[in-house]
Amino acid sequence: MAPRRPGRDDGGMVDQANAAATGSAADQGGQPSGRSGSGSWTAWLDGHGMRSVRGPAVAGPLRRARDGRLFGGVAAGIASRTGLSVGVIRVVIVAAALGTTGYLAVPYILAWLLIPAEGAESNIAMKALTDKRGIGLAAGLTSMLAIALVIASALNAPWVTSLAVPLIVCAAGLVLISRNASAEELAYLRSLADPAGLTATAPRSRRVLRALIGAALIISGLVALLQGHERLALLRPLAGIMLLVGGIALALGPWWLRIAKEAVEERQARIRAEERAEMASRVHDSVLQTLALIQRKAGDQQQVVQLARAQERELRAWLFDGRAPGSMEGQAATVADGIRLIQQEVETQHGLQVDAVTVGDCELDDDLNALLAAAREVTVNAAKWSGADSVSLFAEVEPDSVSLFVRDRGQGFDPAAVPADRKGLAESVRARLARRGGSATIRSAPGEGTEVSLVMPRGAGDRMARRS
Amino acid sequence: MPRVFLVDDHGMFRSGVRSELAGAVDIVGEAADVGPAIAQIAGCSPDVVLLDVHLPGGGGQDVVAAIKPEHPDVRFLALSASDAPEDVIAVIRSGARGYVTKTISGAELIDAIHRVAAGDAVFSPRLAGFVLDAFAAGHSADLDRPSFDPELDQLTTREREVLRLIARGYTYREVAKELFISVKTVESHVSSVLRKLQLSSRHQLTRWAAERRLA
Repeated sequence: MAPRRPGRDDGGMVDQANAAATGSAADQGGQPSGRSGSGSWTAWLDGHGMRSVRGPAVAGPLRRARDGRLFGGVAAGIASRTGLSVGVIRVVIVAAALGTTGYLAVPYILAWLLIPAEGAESNIAMKALTDKRGIGLAAGLTSMLAIALVIASALNAPWVTSLAVPLIVCAAGLVLISRNASAEELAYLRSLADPAGLTATAPRSRRVLRALIGAALIISGLVALLQGHERLALLRPLAGIMLLVGGIALALGPWWLRIAKEAVEERQARIRAEERAEMASRVHDSVLQTLALIQRKAGDQQQVVQLARAQERELRAWLFDGRAPGSMEGQAATVADGIRLIQQEVETQHGLQVDAVTVGDCELDDDLNALLAAAREVTVNAAKWSGADSVSLFAEVEPDSVSLFVRDRGQGFDPAAVPADRKGLAESVRARLARRGGSATIRSAPGEGTEVSLVMPRGAGDRMARRS
Repeated sequence: MPRVFLVDDHGMFRSGVRSELAGAVDIVGEAADVGPAIAQIAGCSPDVVLLDVHLPGGGGQDVVAAIKPEHPDVRFLALSASDAPEDVIAVIRSGARGYVTKTISGAELIDAIHRVAAGDAVFSPRLAGFVLDAFAAGHSADLDRPSFDPELDQLTTREREVLRLIARGYTYREVAKELFISVKTVESHVSSVLRKLQLSSRHQLTRWAAERRLA
């Protein structure tokens, strides 16, 4: 929040011009934190996060304030124009509206519609003129006035009219505002409506509260109506009203329904547009980037093949398994996920094809993570040393154990005369699995490729879980 | 030389396969979609149809279903980039003799075509994995639905062993050597699995495919 301006002490011309130019009377003050109005209620407003915009009168046309607004920013705008305290203006507006059963709220809404916001070229009303659906909706709301007038005349209760007219007119005006205000203003309005439970995204408890209050109002209204007529015969006018209301609802109902339907359709269209945008950004981040890379590296066949393969895998995971591109980076949750990760990693980093097949699936625990780590090491090893252009990776999850086979058709070796590095690997893998009750076997012969099989019994906890 | 017909909606892929198979098989025609494929295959009656699982106008199984009754001699080999098991199983169950992935090498593809032309079944490691998964023991669905033909509804131990080795990347010849049986015996095991896959009324298969789709 900008520092508050200390009263009306320094309203020099230069400062005024600045203030008008930036559209704010509250952010030019040099002296920070000179609290104005001492401990008055404007300070109380401040304490509640509403800035009291009070300062020198600003030249220029009247604008609705963007900072320090409570609703439309009309009061704050008048305050910055006249130099009066925004608090005083607010109290006057609210008192006037209450004193006239709401009639004076209508001018406020009109001002909201007609006075352009700070920094905006035109007012909301100009935009609303081209919004046919909005006008239809507002007209539909206004048609409810007919019902109110019928009730009022039937009950001989002029107060119904005097309440309904400003309420409905204000509601119609608010509909136009909410449909045509700038995105920034809408966001602000939404942040106002959210805690009151007026939006679809409001928490459930708030919406329930709203429904309860509505029900309480309806019930107390009915009770008040019935109490005025102690004898049943006098309920006849009420029945007449109901019939009339029903008739009007029948006559105008389809129109209201259509308006509501159009609102829903508009919302759906927006959702579709958002989905398309998300899709486009995903495709851009993955496929288009890769295609660009491929064009740049067109000379390096090996690289191109690698890129295409990695991209293909990612795209397929997205289309068929619903995994968003780039989300594979994290830790795998199941054996099949883990195998896919190994496949992806080795294919990308070592540029050979990994044919992975998984039968069954289960959650990973520490033992199985160790098994997958061993499988990864063996696969990478095959990629590095076998000289084959593809490796087969097969995992089978059985009730009691998980077996994993890594096979290549590379040069192979004689297990009796192992090169030191291979032996090191075999030993380390074997020892690591043995510590957890698993085992590793290597079969190889020169010229016939190599197959490593890894087996890990499944943990007791896991078996318990499956039984329950 | 087997007469081969090519069905795939990607022209690039068709020409790639054409050049890889040149000299080893006789390509008698190609089509990009279900409708034209049905019309042309009926006309030239090839030995083997190389069939993409996904086509714009429907699945590859529509082509198989339309041709099979009239031309029982035409054999189908599914060839796809699809990882979706339910699509693969659907094509096999409609009557295709095998399934290989598009990453297969030219030599292996030629081998597979000859095998299918000779009436054998061709199981890629992936298909073997799918079948093992679908017929896996211990699925509860088997318990609450009595089988009408138990022999069709489960794999023998030997068939399971053969499929496991294929899933591990073994060729039929290597499988034979590993299990001390002849290649002919391996082929007959695989054909028997294919028959079970196509004829089994297993509720399990559908359920398995549905589950895989959700995963």
